[in-house]
Amino acid sequence: MSDKTNSKPETGAFFARDRAWHPPAFTPGYKTSVLRSPQRALLSLDGTISEITGPVFGHSILGELDNDLIHNFAKPGESAIGERIIVHGRVLDERGRPVPGVLVEFWQANAGGRYRHKKETYLAAIDPNFGGCGRAITDEEGHYAFRTVRPGAYPWPNGVNDWRPAHIHFSIFGHGFAQRLITQMYFEGDPMIWKCPIVGTIPDKAAIEQLIAPLDWGNTIPMDARAYKFDIVLRGRRSTLFENRLEGN
Amino acid sequence: MQQIGYLKETPSQTAGPYVHIGLTPNYCEIGGIYDTDLGISMVNDKTLGERITLKGRILDGAGVPVKDAVVEIWQADSAGLYNSPAEMRGTADPNFTGWGRCPTSAEDGVFRFETVKPGRVPYKDGRRMAPHITLWIVARGINIGLHTRMYFPDEAEANAEDPLLARIEHRDRVATLIARKEGSVYTFDVHLQGDKETVFLDI
Repeated sequence: MSDKTNSKPETGAFFARDRAWHPPAFTPGYKTSVLRSPQRALLSLDGTISEITGPVFGHSILGELDNDLIHNFAKPGESAIGERIIVHGRVLDERGRPVPGVLVEFWQANAGGRYRHKKETYLAAIDPNFGGCGRAITDEEGHYAFRTVRPGAYPWPNGVNDWRPAHIHFSIFGHGFAQRLITQMYFEGDPMIWKCPIVGTIPDKAAIEQLIAPLDWGNTIPMDARAYKFDIVLRGRRSTLFENRLEGN
Repeated sequence: MQQIGYLKETPSQTAGPYVHIGLTPNYCEIGGIYDTDLGISMVNDKTLGERITLKGRILDGAGVPVKDAVVEIWQADSAGLYNSPAEMRGTADPNFTGWGRCPTSAEDGVFRFETVKPGRVPYKDGRRMAPHITLWIVARGINIGLHTRMYFPDEAEANAEDPLLARIEHRDRVATLIARKEGSVYTFDVHLQGDKETVFLDI
């Protein structure tokens, strides 16, 4: 599955997750979490080989337009409607090291806030040229990039008048299954961010700020597309210096 | 004092009800972007080992099947090797991915994987763990992906010496990690909450 590289893969266990930084499971302001949250404590164990390993995907899975949501569902010669943007950034670990060769998947609503999904009933129109998904694999420095249209805000049946801020969902693989992460990216300056019960599941304002992508004027392409920069941090790995060896003790 | 200089992990958010758009677009009728949905096939004709089916449901605190989840599994091959660059003990079966992804059905909430029974892999101290499959579950209403493990009911001896199962203080909960077997089909229902709540892991 993996591409060949010359560097020896790191095999240490991951830093313990700071679960006070992440949203807790039970967050009644987000109603669906009430019946979908475990009530018993999680069973903790330091990473075993079952978690410090994980799938790695080669570039062969990628199609030419996989990171171009403006065109990857559009009819020939046409394109998605909306504010054209580039979203790019780096996948790093907690030690600040780039995480190369990992799959990043993203999905979103169209410019009007409508998802292409049969369970979705919002009255805003479907864009016939917009599917809403894409993927990329990080390069040697951990960079990924895609272009898309900025998604619209979206109402949802939680409170009487709850609206999601404009957001793009991200799914990230690291090098170990314990690094697996799904999150959401928000946009700088959106006043909806601070009203959202899903954003509000995160207890720490500084953690919320970590999900807000700034406008990246430097990478904005004149007369074409603005840019937003969104860096993602995965769990770091311990050095293996003092680990018991799995074999060969 | 010096700063220790670590970054904070990006906080998790729910995958939401439309997670299928991103992870399994063909399943939700967005065709033509990817040839196939990633993770729908783990084996081929040459895969070594005993073929098994793993299926189950995710049940909420009211016992209602969760029909909008996505389940991913990760496991060793039949010889107990992981198909991962971090696997230092040998080379895993090239005809087995070790990783699968399946949505729970919008009709009946069932997920299903065609895979092989994994071999035993070592714990950190060299003891052998019992054969197991790691599951990761995301859905609307789940703020951070849930990790758990499925063990095999026909491996009682190995399960009895498994280091993870041994750490479960409330012994009546060990059974929540052990699948039911009918022929080559293993059924593993995950209870998110309540009396039968599955043991979830902080790994």
